[in-house]
Amino acid sequence: MAHDTTLSDAHAEHEHHELPTVFGFWVYLMTDCIIFGSLFAVFAVLRNQFAGGPTGKELFELSGLALETALLLVSSITYGFGMIAAHKGEIKSVQMWLGVTFLLGLGFVFLELKEFSHMIAEGAGPDRSAFLSAFFTLVSTHGLHVSCGLVWIIVMIVQLSGVTAINERTMNKLTMLSLFWHFLDIVWICVFTYVYLASMI
Amino acid sequence: MLGRLSFADIPLDVPILVGTFLGVAVMGIAVLGLVTYYGKWGYLWKEWLTSVDHKRLAVMYVVVALLALVRGFADAIMMRTQLALAYAGNPGYLPPHHYDQIFSAHGTIMIFFMAMAFMTALFNFVVPLQIGARDVAFPFLNNLSFWMTAVAFALVNVSLFIGEFSQCGWLAYPPLSETQFSPGVGVDYYIWAIQISGVGTLLTGVNFFVTIVKMRAPGMTWMKMPVFTWTAFCSSVLIMVSFPVLTVAVALLGLDRYFGMHFFTNDGGGNQMLYLNMIWAWGHPEVYILVIPAFGVFSEVVPAFSRKPLFGYATMVYATCAIMVLSFVVWVHHFFTMGAGADVNAFFGIATMIISIPTGVKLFNWLFTMYKGRVEFHATMYWAIGFMITFTIGGMTGVMMAIPAADFVLHNSLFLIAHFHNVIIGGVYFGYICGMNFWFPKVFGFKLNEAWGKRAFWCWFVGFYFAFVPLYVLGFEGMTRRLNHYDNAQWHPWLLIAEVGAVMIMFGIVCQVTQLYVSVRDMKLAENRDETGDPWNARSLEWSTSSPPPPYNFAIVPHVHELDAFMHDKENGIDTRQAGGPYQPIHMPKNTVAGFFVGAFSFVLGFAAIWYIWWLAVIALVGIFATVIARSANQDVDYYIPAEEVARIENEHTRKLMAQAAE
Repeated sequence: MAHDTTLSDAHAEHEHHELPTVFGFWVYLMTDCIIFGSLFAVFAVLRNQFAGGPTGKELFELSGLALETALLLVSSITYGFGMIAAHKGEIKSVQMWLGVTFLLGLGFVFLELKEFSHMIAEGAGPDRSAFLSAFFTLVSTHGLHVSCGLVWIIVMIVQLSGVTAINERTMNKLTMLSLFWHFLDIVWICVFTYVYLASMI
Repeated sequence: MLGRLSFADIPLDVPILVGTFLGVAVMGIAVLGLVTYYGKWGYLWKEWLTSVDHKRLAVMYVVVALLALVRGFADAIMMRTQLALAYAGNPGYLPPHHYDQIFSAHGTIMIFFMAMAFMTALFNFVVPLQIGARDVAFPFLNNLSFWMTAVAFALVNVSLFIGEFSQCGWLAYPPLSETQFSPGVGVDYYIWAIQISGVGTLLTGVNFFVTIVKMRAPGMTWMKMPVFTWTAFCSSVLIMVSFPVLTVAVALLGLDRYFGMHFFTNDGGGNQMLYLNMIWAWGHPEVYILVIPAFGVFSEVVPAFSRKPLFGYATMVYATCAIMVLSFVVWVHHFFTMGAGADVNAFFGIATMIISIPTGVKLFNWLFTMYKGRVEFHATMYWAIGFMITFTIGGMTGVMMAIPAADFVLHNSLFLIAHFHNVIIGGVYFGYICGMNFWFPKVFGFKLNEAWGKRAFWCWFVGFYFAFVPLYVLGFEGMTRRLNHYDNAQWHPWLLIAEVGAVMIMFGIVCQVTQLYVSVRDMKLAENRDETGDPWNARSLEWSTSSPPPPYNFAIVPHVHELDAFMHDKENGIDTRQAGGPYQPIHMPKNTVAGFFVGAFSFVLGFAAIWYIWWLAVIALVGIFATVIARSANQDVDYYIPAEEVARIENEHTRKLMAQAAE
């Protein structure tokens, strides 16, 4: 018994100041933020380099974009419900909300790919002009992040099935995924305003 | 099946490469054979390659750095020899196609795989010990970072024997690096090596930032942190802010090459100066990423060998932070000739000159630390003093080039080459070698041989001036960088002198290898052993534990009362180790194979993408994801060292300390 107490004491001390996992992930996200910042800067420099090709005004369609934006924003809310459930320890509920978030995210990626394929079919692919290179790279970097998030959500749903309680490590992972998902939402808001809206004015 | 890779890509027609390949192959087989003969594969795999121990990773980083040094130096002396020969009627022995790869590889290897790897080694070894931590914040990521660096270096070296390396200089400026002008695989090797090692470096930055913020021993407030840790902190911040920009710049170049996009192309609205701005928005902070930790090394070494506390600790910290911030507002000085206009150039010129103020503060701090100190002229100290002289000269030529009008004359000339070698060899390299001499006994428990250390120093120091002062002169005489051949009779003698300098530096490296050999040979001699863990009577916490430190570093996490915590304890009769316990079981991370596999798959991914072997690239990518997911599902990632084991190790060390004290 005495040995057990010592172990848990050591563990308590350890948890107290040795597991800055979530902080570390947040710091990592800030470096990701700089990647997006650089891509925005590139877009700002190249946004008028149409090389005789189509402009944003001619290409972008607001209705699809509104739906995309709505899906992603709602998915942030549903993820939030999932975190509330996680704090309550309701594993089935967490999985359900993660599933809803996944479907919304999948819808977003689907709409984005549809938009891309439409543009490419019209001859406005990323190799058409510097403007389109910058556009496709910025938007698809975000889309790629969302896709990685989708994989991560599936992994979390699978890892949650078959456990009876959410341990600290799993909770950390859910929290980090939460940070990641909301971060992508914020980036999308910047993409939506700066890339789409500003090009249509 | 094999993309664009064919048998013709093996350069069998280049005798230098075939010879190199045979040499490497023979040495490689010899090493593998010895490991097999002594039956050490299991040991190597379990104790080193999969290790998450920051001390072991540090040693592996140094191995990579020294291999990179040898490769990078071989490139350097080949270039110098070419230029010593290639005058007037003599074309030299290296055709432009080969010569251009050599100077590109030299820069890439020396910065990314010599300097960065050596710096990460020092971070790894010193930082956790200095702040009284048992490991870094993310030990697995630390192992992963190492493998990303190692496989990226392997990729660069594979380019020697399969295909070719970039011929566009170490920063691969477009449009030259675009498919239109560089259709081969060289630039793709460059891109993938930079991206893979970049992931490793970024993770290192995050890891050490979090480690320093969150894991300092109780009582160690920010202003009681050792200066080396401060410099590692500032350097980590710079890594986190600047490396993502490099990633983007190189990724966009890759998109141009792989998908025909138009970021930096001549047509389609591309903008080459966008690449230059981005690459230098990383590149200038990068040189401070490298040199700030070197400043940290001197700030530990000079007080230890002057038997005095560091002069002006607080100003040293503020100066470091000032350099960290200022390094982000000077990048345009790398291309004043872009034509940004007088106002912009003036801003960046003045900002550049301002950096010399905090740097000057540091230099005076070291000098005043030595002033009235009991300076011991140890080999370690030689590197520090050599640095102070050499770096000051390099700094002054830097300020000269910070004047935009002067830069228009000196831009891309050999004057520039001389300047940055002056600060990188004189600052970064001297600093890291100084640090290696200083911390070596802590790593292995025995000292490096001093006589050979001094010989190495003199060869490097004198060799440096012979090799690079002529380049300053040649810069003024109008010789531009990256020339393969010249007709100007005035230049020839200077290039011969530079060749002599390069040979002297080669002797310096030979002395360093000899130093390692002699030290290992004599490691058992009593005068070389470090039984106390504090061979230099030094000041910070890493010297309070045994040499080499136990896996857990500190059996009982030390409490910090003052700056220079260990010296404070020694002077006040406090036992930092709290020998005798009571000891508790220590929670440790388990070794993992995941880092190795992610690294190996990344290598395959890079190689496959370079050669357009798409099926293999997909397999490698799936492999990376699968390894990460498997690692995430693994709950068995830690273990406890039982208290009895800790007590046994600690009592053994206490017994040694007693024996030493009795003598």
